[in-house]
Amino acid sequence: MKYMHLIWAALFRRKSRTFLTLVSILAAFLLFGMLDATRAAFDSGDSVIGVDRLITTSRYSIIQSLPASLQTRMEAIPGVKSVGYANWFGGIYQDPKNFVLSFAVSDNYLDIYREMELPADQRKAFETTRTGAVVGEALAKRFGWKVGDKIPLQSTIFPQRNGDKTWPFDIVGIYTPAKGAANGTDQQFFFHHKYFEDANAFHSVGTTVGWYVVKLTSADKADSVAKAIDALSANSDHETKTQTEQAFNASFAKQLGDIGLIVSAIMGAVFFTLILLTGNTMAQAVRERTNELAVLKTIGFSSQSVLGMVLAEGVLLLVLGGVLGLAAAGVVVPIVTTMSGGALNLPPIGASTWILGLVLMVVIGALVGALPAIRAMRLNIVDALAGR
Amino acid sequence: MKSMKKLGFGLLMLLIVAAFLALWIALPWQGIAALAVILVLWMALTRRGRQTWQVTRVGLATVTQRLGSSSVVVVGIAGVVGVLVAMLAMSDGFAETLRSTGNDRTAIVLRGGSQAELNSILDRDSANVVMQAPGVKKDAQGKPIASGELVVVANLPRKGDPNSDSNVPIRGVSDDVWTLRDQVKIVEGRKFRPGLGEIIVGKGAKAQFDGIDVGKTLRLAGQTWTVVGVFESHDALESELWADTQSVASAYRRGSSVQSVTVMLDSPAAFDTFKANLVADPRLKVDVSTTQDYFSKQSEGLTKVLRAVGITVGVIMAIGAIFGALNTMFAAIQARAREIATLRAIGFRGVPVVVSVMLETMMLALLGGLIGAGVVWLVFNGYTTSTLGANFSQVVFRFHVSGELLWTGIKWALAIGFIGGLFPALRAARVPVTTALREL
Repeated sequence: MKYMHLIWAALFRRKSRTFLTLVSILAAFLLFGMLDATRAAFDSGDSVIGVDRLITTSRYSIIQSLPASLQTRMEAIPGVKSVGYANWFGGIYQDPKNFVLSFAVSDNYLDIYREMELPADQRKAFETTRTGAVVGEALAKRFGWKVGDKIPLQSTIFPQRNGDKTWPFDIVGIYTPAKGAANGTDQQFFFHHKYFEDANAFHSVGTTVGWYVVKLTSADKADSVAKAIDALSANSDHETKTQTEQAFNASFAKQLGDIGLIVSAIMGAVFFTLILLTGNTMAQAVRERTNELAVLKTIGFSSQSVLGMVLAEGVLLLVLGGVLGLAAAGVVVPIVTTMSGGALNLPPIGASTWILGLVLMVVIGALVGALPAIRAMRLNIVDALAGR
Repeated sequence: MKSMKKLGFGLLMLLIVAAFLALWIALPWQGIAALAVILVLWMALTRRGRQTWQVTRVGLATVTQRLGSSSVVVVGIAGVVGVLVAMLAMSDGFAETLRSTGNDRTAIVLRGGSQAELNSILDRDSANVVMQAPGVKKDAQGKPIASGELVVVANLPRKGDPNSDSNVPIRGVSDDVWTLRDQVKIVEGRKFRPGLGEIIVGKGAKAQFDGIDVGKTLRLAGQTWTVVGVFESHDALESELWADTQSVASAYRRGSSVQSVTVMLDSPAAFDTFKANLVADPRLKVDVSTTQDYFSKQSEGLTKVLRAVGITVGVIMAIGAIFGALNTMFAAIQARAREIATLRAIGFRGVPVVVSVMLETMMLALLGGLIGAGVVWLVFNGYTTSTLGANFSQVVFRFHVSGELLWTGIKWALAIGFIGGLFPALRAARVPVTTALREL
C-alpha cells in the first residue's frame, strides 16, 4: 500500500492513453453487467423459496388439462401438505401488445405461494369478491392500477358464456414479492378459478384444471411424492408428470433457447478483445518506462516489489474501469426495463454480479500485468540504463 | 484564446464524425464503391495523390514492426463485427423462416382476437362458411381448396437430453394441404394415410427431437402413432409433426371443431373480397389474414429484440474497439513522429499525411471486418437451433448469414477504422515540425 502513489503516478503517466484504455474497459464491463442481468432474467432456477413445491402437469402436453378429481387423491398422499391448482388465462389489457401473465387459481394458491406478500385486509377482500383479482406490484405500476379499480382483461383463449371475450375484474389487492422470490414474480395477475369456471363458455364447473401445485411437508420428500402422484394416473388417458418447481422452470427457460450459451459466447468475445487491448497498452507503457524502472531498482527497490508494482498497476487499471462500467450498467439496466414497457424485466445488478465482476477484473488485471511485470522484474540495470 | 480554439476544433471534429456516420449509414454499396474508385484515381493521377500513396506505403511497410499493436486493431474489430453479424444472422434467420412459411396466395382464418392458432377454435359450421366464401379457389371437381387444421402441442425430448421436455407442435391437416402448401416435399418414406394413426415429421423437428425417425412409434394423447415419412419445406412448418385432422381431433377430443382454416385464393387480389365477406358475415367473428402476414407477424417480437440486443452490444463493443484503435494509432504515429516530421520538412503537405494514416487504419479495420464476418459465416451460416414460437411450441430455424449482413459488418468495421484513424492522423499533421523533430 505504501507504493500506491508510485503506482498511481505510473498509471497516469500518459493521461490520454490511460483514459482511452479506461473507456474500453468501462465499455466491456458495462456490457458484462447488462448481459449478466439478461441471463439472470431468464434464470429463476436457484431460488430457495420454491424447494418444497412440486408442479404436476400432463405428461403428453402442456395444453392438456387434468381432471379436477385428482386433487383429493393427491392430498391423501403422505408428505403432501396441500394441493392447489391453476389455469392459464392468456390475458391482454386493451392492446394485444400488453400481454398480462394471468392465471385462474384455487383458493389456497396464495397460501402455497407465500412469497407473494399481501396485506391481510386485501387478502380478505380477495376471498369475498367473486370477480376480485390480485396483481403484482410491478404489473400494477406498469398500467397504473390501484386497489379498487375495475379493469377489463381480454382473454386470447376463453370467451365468456355470452360470447364476450372481455372479462371484468376488480383489483382488490396488490402484492409485493418477498426477498429472494423468482424474477418476474411481481408481474403476475391472479383471480378466482371459480369465476373462471362459472363464466367460461368452454369450461364446465369442477371438471378440469390446468395444472396442480403441491406443497410438501418437507423438501426432501420431493422424489417419493412425485412418484406417488404420477402413479395415481399411470396408464390412464391423463398421465401426469410431476417435477420440482425448479426443474419445471429450468426446462421452460431452456425452451426459449440457450440464453446462457449465447451470453457466454458474447462475453468470451468481449473479454478476449479486452485482454488483448489492455495487455498491449500495458506492455507499451512498461517498455517506455524501462529507464525509470532501472532507476527504481538502482536505488534499492527489490525485483519482487517492481514485479508487484507493475502487476498492481494492471489490476488497478482494470478495477477502475470495471467498477465504473458496472456502476454505469446499474444505471442503464433499470432504464432498459422501463423502456421495454414490461416486455423485458431485467433484475437490478446484484451482489453476485458485482462479485463475479470484481473477480474478473482482478484476474484480467493480473493477466495483462503479468508479462510486462515479469519483464520488469528481470530487467538488468546496467543494460536498461545504457538503453540496450 | 488558445483553449477556445482547441474547444472549437474539438467541436468541429465531433460534427465531422457525426456527419460522417450519418452519411455512412445511409450510403448504399454503389456509393462506397464510387468513393473507393475516386480515391484510387486521385492517388494514381494527381501529384498529392501520388505523395499520399508513397507515405501510405512507408506506413504499411512498417506495420510488421508493430505487429502486436496492429493486431489489436484487427482482432478488436473482428470481435465487434463477429458478434454483430452473428446476432443479426440469428434475427434474420428467424424472421426469414417464418416469412417464407406464408405467401399471398393463401389466407388463414382464426377466431377473432386469437392471435395464434393454438388459442383459436372454429366449429364445423363456421369452418364450412369460410370454405364456401367467395374468393376461394375451387379444384377440378368444384370443391374449395381449403384445409381445416388443428394444432396441438406434445412433449418430446430434445436430442441428447432424454429427460428434457420440449413443446413440439402437431398439426392435423386435410387432403388439400399438399396443394395449399406446395413447398412441402416428402424426402423420406411416404405421406400419412388418414385414419391409420400415421404421422409424418418435419426435417427440422427430426433434427432437434428424439425418437421420431421413420418406423418409430410414439405415444401421443394415450394413442400410438407410427412415423411413416419425413417432409422438407425450408420454413417454419419443418418444426412440426403432421397427421390428418380427424385423427388428431379424436385423439385430443376436439369433436368436429378445427382451430384454423387455410384457403387457396383465386388470386392475391381476391383477398380483399374474401376478407370483406367474412368480416361482414353476422354468423362469424373471425380474424382473416394472408398467411404471409400471419407468419411474418409471429416473428416480429423476437426479431426486434434480437436486433436491438445485437446492435446495442455491437455499439458498446464498437466504442471499446474505437478507443483501442485510437490507442494503437496514437502509438504508431508516436513511433513514426520523426519520420513524419521529416517528410513534412522536405515539403510533403498535411493532406497526404492525414490520408495515409487513415488509410492504414482503415485497411487494418477492413482486415478485421473480413476476419470477423468470415469466421461467423463459416461457423454459423446454416446453424440450426430452436426457440418458443407463437403456438407455445418450438420453431426450428437456421442462422442466415446473408451477403447483406456481411456487408453491414464490413461497413461497421470501416466506420470504426475511420474514427479510430481520424484523430491520430490529425495529430500527426498538426504537430509543429520543429517540435516533432526535437522529440526522442
